[in-house]
Amino acid sequence: MTLVQNVPAFSILAPMLAGVVCLVLPARASHRLTNGVLVVLALLSFLLLNSFWDGAPMFTYRMGHYGAPVGNEIRAGELEASMAFMFPVVMLLSLMGGRNHLRSDIGRSKVNLYYISVLFLLSSMLALTYTNDLFTAYVFVEINTVTACGIIISKEDGYTLAASMRYLIMSLLGSGLFLIGICLIYGLTGHLLMPHIQEAVNHLARSGSFLAPLQVTIALLAVGLALKSALWPFHSWLADAHSSASAASSAILSGLVLKSFIFLMIKIFFRTVGPDVMTGHAILNLLLVFGILGMLLGSVNALFEKDIKRMLAFSSVSQIGYIFCGIGLGTVAGVSAALVQVVVHAVTKAMLFISAGGLMDASEGKKDFEALRGAGRRDVAAGAAFAVGTLSMIGLPFFAGFITKLTLVTAAAGTHDWRMYASLTAIILSTILTAIYYIRILSLIFGKEDSEEEVCEGQNRRILFAHLRRQLSMDTEYLLASFALIVINLWIGLRSDDLVAVIDAGLATFQ
Amino acid sequence: MNNYMVTNLPEVAAIVLFGIGFSNLLLARNLIKKIIGLNVMDTAIYLFLAAKGYVDDAAAPIVSAGTVDPDLYVNPVPSGLVLTGIVVSVSVTAVLLALTVRLYEEFNTLDIDEIVHQLRRKDREAMR
Amino acid sequence: MFKGTRIQTLYNILSIAFTMLLIGILLYTVSEMPVMGDPLNPANNEVAVHYLTNGARETGARNAVTGMILDYRAFDTLGELCVLFVSACSVYILLRVDAGKKEEEVEAIDRRYEPRNDVILNKAFLFLVPAVFLFGTYITLTGHLSPGGGFSGGAIIGAGLLLYLNAFGLEKTERFMHRIRYRRLNCGALGFYFLAKGYSFFVGANDIKSVIPITNRGNILSAGLIMPLNVCVAIVVATTVYAVYLMFRKGGFNI
Repeated sequence: MTLVQNVPAFSILAPMLAGVVCLVLPARASHRLTNGVLVVLALLSFLLLNSFWDGAPMFTYRMGHYGAPVGNEIRAGELEASMAFMFPVVMLLSLMGGRNHLRSDIGRSKVNLYYISVLFLLSSMLALTYTNDLFTAYVFVEINTVTACGIIISKEDGYTLAASMRYLIMSLLGSGLFLIGICLIYGLTGHLLMPHIQEAVNHLARSGSFLAPLQVTIALLAVGLALKSALWPFHSWLADAHSSASAASSAILSGLVLKSFIFLMIKIFFRTVGPDVMTGHAILNLLLVFGILGMLLGSVNALFEKDIKRMLAFSSVSQIGYIFCGIGLGTVAGVSAALVQVVVHAVTKAMLFISAGGLMDASEGKKDFEALRGAGRRDVAAGAAFAVGTLSMIGLPFFAGFITKLTLVTAAAGTHDWRMYASLTAIILSTILTAIYYIRILSLIFGKEDSEEEVCEGQNRRILFAHLRRQLSMDTEYLLASFALIVINLWIGLRSDDLVAVIDAGLATFQ
Repeated sequence: MNNYMVTNLPEVAAIVLFGIGFSNLLLARNLIKKIIGLNVMDTAIYLFLAAKGYVDDAAAPIVSAGTVDPDLYVNPVPSGLVLTGIVVSVSVTAVLLALTVRLYEEFNTLDIDEIVHQLRRKDREAMR
Repeated sequence: MFKGTRIQTLYNILSIAFTMLLIGILLYTVSEMPVMGDPLNPANNEVAVHYLTNGARETGARNAVTGMILDYRAFDTLGELCVLFVSACSVYILLRVDAGKKEEEVEAIDRRYEPRNDVILNKAFLFLVPAVFLFGTYITLTGHLSPGGGFSGGAIIGAGLLLYLNAFGLEKTERFMHRIRYRRLNCGALGFYFLAKGYSFFVGANDIKSVIPITNRGNILSAGLIMPLNVCVAIVVATTVYAVYLMFRKGGFNI
């Protein structure tokens, strides 16, 4: 065990310890501690990723003195390290970008509780990335649920309370189904560690015994996690929860929380059930159909929204549909496309929610479209970030969204049956719908207000620069975060081969 | 269809309880009843899991000193898992009930549909 | 909004149909599962045999379940403590009434529903509460030798705290359990658990010899770290139960 191989266990335990310490710290100190922990974890994950690029093999880390199958263990490979790098980075940028809203939305005495929830949320997402054990995954799924609820309700008004109640009920339903799946798999195999379960499941499938319970188990595990990641018929809680929360919380929820459950589902399909049993399984076709319906109906719902945050939330439903379409295709290329979309959607949606927060700030805190008219001219940083995010969502070349659509279309064309036709039609239709509602809001925020006709051009520019100078001195964190997210988006768009290569290499050693 | 439903009676009971809790969760209008339904559902799952460890005519896994014959004891793994699960269930019930108290303070009703309806009406008036 | 309309009836019928479908599928699955209680079940495999035969020697705990949750699968128990902690924090966010705000209202509502220093409660709990605390401490400390452990012991101690609170009132309870002590106990217990288990994971994975002695003598001072960890778990559970009750009751600690 080299020193850098201790990074996964450290990444899971350190945020928890920091969260416990935050209970006794005042607001400002807990904010600084959270930022510090996020920076340190991002650096350590990058070091780990670097070690894999230098040729280190994937390893399992014993949690305790006893190896599998008696003890617990976590596993780290290139794919897990890349996900573990993405989570702290996006979380840090979201917290920086939504700082103003956090200051105004959360009561002074409860700020450290918000950061406790954020730190435990990060820890649970990292644990879901690295875990090699099914019951550990369940426990950390529950931590994820409760802390996600915590970051929603930190902004205390009626909307967040009702939204988080609906979110908790649907989410706990999903956890219950997931736990029944775990009980059934334990009853059938007697193991809780993923590689051992895979061995036992392959043995069962070959011998043909307990076939029906095995299918039901796989279905329950998939549906339980699909409920928590807002796949199409189970998405009703998403719009309220993501739109009512504070800007930083919406960015974290939409960008990261949903993805950790999707990554767990991919891990279960690849490592617990195993490719031998999963290829051509009916549940994948079901996920594909629901993913396609989510792509289309999410966009249709977003078209009819008059509130920018609800529109972004429904757009999330549509993008999650892309991910499930990729998983449901059933090929390694499909899963690779899904993972590219996971990364790209995380950075893009975070940027969109943060810039939406900035636009709302420039329009006296109102969310509806009429109040946002011209907001892009009042707040240049928010307008620019929103524009980049929009073009990336539509999928224009040079932006990150183009890569996801390209990889997904290539993966869909690789299967030469009804799945190809269905997916391609759905991708085309949903791109058109996405373009419609995003360009509509884009033209609105850069549009001229009626009263501005009389003001001369020079004075307009002076107002703009004064605003920019004020932002540079007061809102440096917000500007930094927006700029960083724009740069990440363009970097992914222009150097996409690197991202796709990392994900493909990670998937190759994922079994 | 085997006749294992007769031998696996505790598991069948657990599934029926799960159904009762689940239907309560979906059909009850009152939030407290929904939370109770969720609780009954979780308890049923733990009964199901605990039944997995049972071995006929075996004792609880408190082993004696010296050599141990594993056939004398039940499987200790499901008991440990159920212990974790019960704590998780209690914690989320506490959070749900706290949410219910706050919702009642804000909206004066325990009916989630009524709450959503009030919020939508507030939204529509704000848009006008 | 949909009360008594046709949409509501349709929703009810669909819910019942969906529940019956789900229960039907699950009942069919149970009928196909292995027979319950059969010692040759796939669930009773070499993992369970290892826990029973080698558990006492390797962990020092006679109670195989305690050995499993606090040594073999200690990571899951760590997660479980975190669930307790974050749910207490969420309840704190939701229900905490800041000092000075609405205190008179809260006090008035309180007096309407709870008797103040009821005579029966006072006299009875004078005998009951010490017994409850003693019993809880016993169960916690002998968690590795007999059924029990941190969770059950902590729940009993927490119940004892609630009984004391209800019988003698908030001022007397605040003499030994106030906000600062609650924070220190909670953070201290959780911090100790994380550090101890972090050390255990680090030495275990890197194959370093651990300095913690593991003996199997069958008395309280054995089984390595398990007894201190049980105490930490009991402290966390008891303080969480008490704090959550206090949030629901009055919106927070007095001090």
